Amino acid sequence: MAAFIGRRFISMLITLVLVSVVGFIVINLPPGSYLDVYRAQLMVLGTSTAEQQIKALEKRYALDKPLYYQYLKWITGFVRGDFGRSFQYNREVSELVWNRLGFTVVVSVCSLVFSWIVALPIGIYSATHKYSAADNIFTFLSFIGLSIPSFLIALVLMVISSRYFGMSVGGLFSRAYENAPWSWAKLVDFLQHLWIPVVVVGLADTAGLMRVMRGNLSDILSMQYVQTARAKGLPERVVIYKHAVRNALHPLIMNLGMSLPGIISGSTVVSIVLSLPTCGPLYFNALRSQDMFLAGTFLVFMAIMLVIGNFLADIALAMVDPRIRYE
Amino acid sequence: MAVQERELPANEVLLEVKDLRTQFFTEQGVVKAVDGVSFTIKKGKVLGIVGESGCGKSITALSIMRLLPEPRGKIVSGTITFYPPEGGSVDITRLDRHSAEMRRIRGRHIAMIFQEPMTSLNPVHTIGDQIIEAIQLHQDVDKETARKRAIEVLNQVDIPHPERRINEYPHQMSGGQRQRAMIAMALSCYPSILIADEPTTALDVTIQAKILRNMRDLQRQYGMAIMLITHDLGVIGQMADEVLVMYVGRKVEQADVRELFLNPLHPYTQGLFRSIPLIGLKGKKLVPIAGSVPSPYNLPPGCYFAPRCPRAMDICRQEAPAEYEVEPGHFVSCWLYK
Amino acid sequence: MADTAVNLEASPAVPIDQERSTLTQTELIWRRFLRNRLAVIGGIILIVFYITMVCFPGFFSPHNHLIQREDYISVPPQLPRWFDEEGKFHWRPFVYGFTTELDMERFEWVHFVDTSQKYPIYFIARGEEYKLFGFIPCNIHLLGVEPPGTLFLFGTDELGRCLFSRILHGGQISLTVGLVGVILTIILGSIMGTISGYYGGLIDNLIQRLVELLMSFPDIPLWAALSAALPPEWSPAKRFFAISAILSLRNWTGLARQVRAKILAFREEDYTLAAQAMGASDRRIILVHLLPNAASHIIVVATLSIPGMILAETALSFLGLGIQPPVVSWGVLLQHAQEVAVVMDRPWLLLPGLFVVLAVLSFNFLGDGIRDAVDPYSN
Repeated sequence: MAAFIGRRFISMLITLVLVSVVGFIVINLPPGSYLDVYRAQLMVLGTSTAEQQIKALEKRYALDKPLYYQYLKWITGFVRGDFGRSFQYNREVSELVWNRLGFTVVVSVCSLVFSWIVALPIGIYSATHKYSAADNIFTFLSFIGLSIPSFLIALVLMVISSRYFGMSVGGLFSRAYENAPWSWAKLVDFLQHLWIPVVVVGLADTAGLMRVMRGNLSDILSMQYVQTARAKGLPERVVIYKHAVRNALHPLIMNLGMSLPGIISGSTVVSIVLSLPTCGPLYFNALRSQDMFLAGTFLVFMAIMLVIGNFLADIALAMVDPRIRYE
Repeated sequence: MAVQERELPANEVLLEVKDLRTQFFTEQGVVKAVDGVSFTIKKGKVLGIVGESGCGKSITALSIMRLLPEPRGKIVSGTITFYPPEGGSVDITRLDRHSAEMRRIRGRHIAMIFQEPMTSLNPVHTIGDQIIEAIQLHQDVDKETARKRAIEVLNQVDIPHPERRINEYPHQMSGGQRQRAMIAMALSCYPSILIADEPTTALDVTIQAKILRNMRDLQRQYGMAIMLITHDLGVIGQMADEVLVMYVGRKVEQADVRELFLNPLHPYTQGLFRSIPLIGLKGKKLVPIAGSVPSPYNLPPGCYFAPRCPRAMDICRQEAPAEYEVEPGHFVSCWLYK
Repeated sequence: MADTAVNLEASPAVPIDQERSTLTQTELIWRRFLRNRLAVIGGIILIVFYITMVCFPGFFSPHNHLIQREDYISVPPQLPRWFDEEGKFHWRPFVYGFTTELDMERFEWVHFVDTSQKYPIYFIARGEEYKLFGFIPCNIHLLGVEPPGTLFLFGTDELGRCLFSRILHGGQISLTVGLVGVILTIILGSIMGTISGYYGGLIDNLIQRLVELLMSFPDIPLWAALSAALPPEWSPAKRFFAISAILSLRNWTGLARQVRAKILAFREEDYTLAAQAMGASDRRIILVHLLPNAASHIIVVATLSIPGMILAETALSFLGLGIQPPVVSWGVLLQHAQEVAVVMDRPWLLLPGLFVVLAVLSFNFLGDGIRDAVDPYSN
């Protein structure tokens, strides 16, 4: 097991390095240097120190050096928590990202948990009651859930709640608590706001998960070893939960690597409609205004979240599935 | 604890199947998978059921176990009477398949092993857990005793180092070992009947012979009955006391194993012997049976074998034959022996 | 040989089915497909969508989708009616006109339905000019009303453009992005998957690493970053293809993995070994023996990945990072519906979303139906 984790960890590190290379490429993709943008800004301000500042920045990012050197400079800074400067906000990127990353993680993890809690029981029910009326309804609903863009759900939900309930949903806090320090009341307020993005983001994943669970479990229920378990004389409940559901979970845990990107993607778009203080709004803004250090940092962090998520999923999988452990 | 060999009265009936009809209701129509089959399983005897794939032999076994695929497979009529060792009798067809009574019969009194050793053990539980689960389900013992019993029974099926291998997962074992483990699981609760559905078909010939010998030994040791399903007449010859030949859901011939091998009466049985290489029949040409098994949705009237039968008469194509006892204990369903 | 319970689950004791074995494989698949009602409905909806939106959006839309009308800003939908205000039935449906007033308080044009203006709807009528297939000037529309009447079936946007016509034209882009993207995905995915599965070793390792790397990025943010880097001076057509390419750039990974798995399995099959033994070239083995066998699988995966592409384009354009105005796509149209206040006021602006859902739902049903028909035991 330790060897397995070790091997998996090294492969994760390699992926992370490659991810950072892609992140760096993305930062450098827009035509023209990002300094040009900043230079233009400074020129408009007309400060006398403009030239000096530019020089300092050129030095900081080693812009006169070849690309690989720039990359090394950037990545060593990145590891130490220096992500570069946001020209749009004129602040260090590190001051902007941490809070937002935290909320992104919270929303994503909660959405994931929500989708598992809702999808698994329904998937199990559907697989054990195949082609029943309820199964057909769930199947149909899951198709609809898969087909509605999550930002549209968010939009419709907001319209409904403000038209029929006179509430404005959106954000993660009421105005009163937005800048208040953390307190019990603020936490309650936070949780009251949290469920809407969690449900909206989790819905598409729930639908997908439901179908995967139904498919897996019905495959496994037709396996010979389930028949063996029945032939032993086990009650059907034990047959299903001990001998089938556990086996059907494995592909799902493997699937975690598949559902995480969807959830993170979904949360970025939904967060714009719901104006959440997560990565999404800032990230897309940065892209639109070509504030590339900010955008690149977010992209790399989202990828890091994913890679770590996959790593954890693999370990979880190895814990429940002996076939992987002993490979 | 070793199992003592007991001398048994020869004809003690454990299971009596009478006019069993099992049908499948599919979109394309009704399939008569088992169509009026009767036989008995006697204590300490091996009953072989032989026939081509799709002839209903596995469905007969699943009907007895009440493990037919729901909701399509149904026992339509007939009785399956089981005589438990503690006395009395119970008609299995009348039990609810999920009831506690049926579950007590399943695994405890009638155990079953399947054809595919690679897939018949759950890959996420250890061999030991799966055997212990069966023991603790049917016997009121603690985990330690169950574990000891599991090791003992693994030892009996010739698995080396059972105390170590008990902690292994199925994928760490070879196909032969998995099948041995399956047999161990089936034997762990001292069943009175073991249903073995093509137990060695998927294995290498050498391993096949070893496992069959082992099964035969254990059968004597445990004094249990075996219902052995196979398409391999060689296996039948090695194992069975009595043989039942099935064709498209019907019994065509039944006899003592020696009688059947020396004097096969039904043209289908004769065809089977001609199409299979048997030791001792060297020099004989192999002749396949002409034609193919009829579609279960489109069965011919009369005898189902008539379209392929070299000796078919007019009546064969019009009316199904009754069963005739040609010799004592040798039954055949064929107009030739009227 | 095999008549265990497992096989019986799948096919109940059917050794040979003479009636059905006379049908060809294609006929069997087609038959199974037709039995799945939702898939057939999905297929029909898509055929209608592709004819009306991709082939002849100009003909099917009552107005030119680009013309801005100061007098008709944010007009609500004009519904066809058969009964007038006196309850009299008209065989020919008609729409009411508007009177427009300036709301001095909010400083906005407000439109009132004017029941005194009745405009009958004509079939195959002359109207505003458009270009058939993008270059043949034409002015015949499926539906039309006599000027000065208007036929805004879904209302107008804040520049007075006919939303229904815009949805049809938006569909042209949104529905083709998916197709072009899928074609690129199939090409990339099958080539990479085949190479990876057939040659194995170092190449396989490299490709698998690349797949893993691309899969380490959440899709929409990665797509957004790449399309944000597209030069703004590119023509709409160039941009359209670039976005399709960007979408397939991450999407091929899934297909490549599946193709690789299939190829790995087929490579061990006897017919491949036989072909190798006979000295067939790698190219021949791949093209003749391996890919055709994986074809049905590729088609199914591809169909099921179209919805994802359509949703992605919609999300990107919604965020202003995909298709750029004046070209319209459903996502571009939904940009107008970003704010709740706007949507509350003019709920018809959400209608493009309905079309996205319909198209995606239909593709999902269709893909599911094809999969079940091709491989009935997959689910």
